[in-house]
Amino acid sequence: MAEGAHKLAIFRGLLKFKSNVQKIWGVLIFLSIVTTIEVVLGIIKPQILMNYFLSMKLLNWIFIILTLVKAYYIAWDFMHVRDERGSLKGAIVLPLIILIPYLIFILVLEADYIFDVMSSGFVSWNF
Amino acid sequence: MELTAAEKEANLWSGGQRPLNASYGKLMMWFFIVSDALTFSGFLVSYGFSRFKNIDSWPIADEVFTHFPFLHGVDAPMYYVALMTFILIFSSVTMVLAVDAGHHMNKSKVTFYMLLTIIGGAVFVGSQAWEWKNFIKGEYGALETKGGQILQFVNAEDGKRVAIADFAVSIPTERSAHKASNGIWYETEGSLPSYSLAEVVKGFEGNNNLVIRSEKLDEFGHKIVLSREDSLDKIENAVEVVEGANLVHNEYGNRLFADFFFFITGFHGFHVFSGVVINMIIFFNVIVGTYEKRGHYEMVEKVGLYWHFVDLVWVFVFTFFYLV
Repeated sequence: MAEGAHKLAIFRGLLKFKSNVQKIWGVLIFLSIVTTIEVVLGIIKPQILMNYFLSMKLLNWIFIILTLVKAYYIAWDFMHVRDERGSLKGAIVLPLIILIPYLIFILVLEADYIFDVMSSGFVSWNF
Repeated sequence: MELTAAEKEANLWSGGQRPLNASYGKLMMWFFIVSDALTFSGFLVSYGFSRFKNIDSWPIADEVFTHFPFLHGVDAPMYYVALMTFILIFSSVTMVLAVDAGHHMNKSKVTFYMLLTIIGGAVFVGSQAWEWKNFIKGEYGALETKGGQILQFVNAEDGKRVAIADFAVSIPTERSAHKASNGIWYETEGSLPSYSLAEVVKGFEGNNNLVIRSEKLDEFGHKIVLSREDSLDKIENAVEVVEGANLVHNEYGNRLFADFFFFITGFHGFHVFSGVVINMIIFFNVIVGTYEKRGHYEMVEKVGLYWHFVDLVWVFVFTFFYLV
């Protein structure tokens, strides 16, 4: 791949880098900031984020969204998915974004059901 | 004559060129990564399954991983694993810099960055081992009931955890080892906990400041602490002393937590280890000039894809084991 083949803009063109090396350091700084935010939130655990949203704490939703953001930038800029053809992008990403949410959906739903059975059933499971 | 878009597309897939604009080796690496990503998501989702199944009694990660090197007795949740995350992200950056130097056919830079990547990976695996050591050794010790519930001990006044070594009394007993010469069937004995159940129970009964902290969480996500009377009631159910964690017992709480911790971080650590080995092979190939002769550094790019994937998996493991 020639140098010209790299797409050097991130954040939808908001931030343009002069060279690929500069972009790598830029993405590192961004990933470090996101990780630092996660760690700080994990340590102080602000009371306002302890409220529940869709049966999970707001804080946990923030952690999961930030993780997906980090995963996007690692795949797109470190693994150069950004520079690949659309067909290859689709071949990589589509199986994952179809299968993984489906697996999460069926297993978490089942787990919630089992939790209900164990907590409201007549048999004590944990004694 | 200009080709129409439809004709171009037909030529693209009719052979003789790379329709996805990626070489065979890179494509196969991508397919491996997609299948491995599905494997890891299977593991992490089954962790989620066990967690949602025991949502009212799951261990709190901040109380489990509290160690930092050279800071003995200091409660430092998250700092160490955050450091590990930064180490792995940084070694990902040196890897992508090596790939970039490879595009420019700059052998000395590729060598230098590959070396940094290998060092970063090795430091990460070492950190992982240290984390495992602390987890296996345990900190306070606990009792286990017949139903597999963990009873931990706290000081009733300040709510701080108390180690069983601090209050267990010593009851001298005679133990004679069963020898192979004494019977036809001989089974070796595993290691015994430092205190027997009777010693811990006696110590607990004699110390009015102590209460039991149960596995159950209240609505704010804190472990429920029993009253002194309930604690004395509860301790009757204990059948075993548990120190540290292994695949069968876990002093931190639900034993599934330890099982998944060992399995998922172990599988990830195995990926890091194999990544370091593959990086070393490529590193020596770079030094002897294999890729210089070949005319391109695509092997560095392929191993780089694998290495970034390992980093990517850690981002998720970090979130689901330590943050959420």
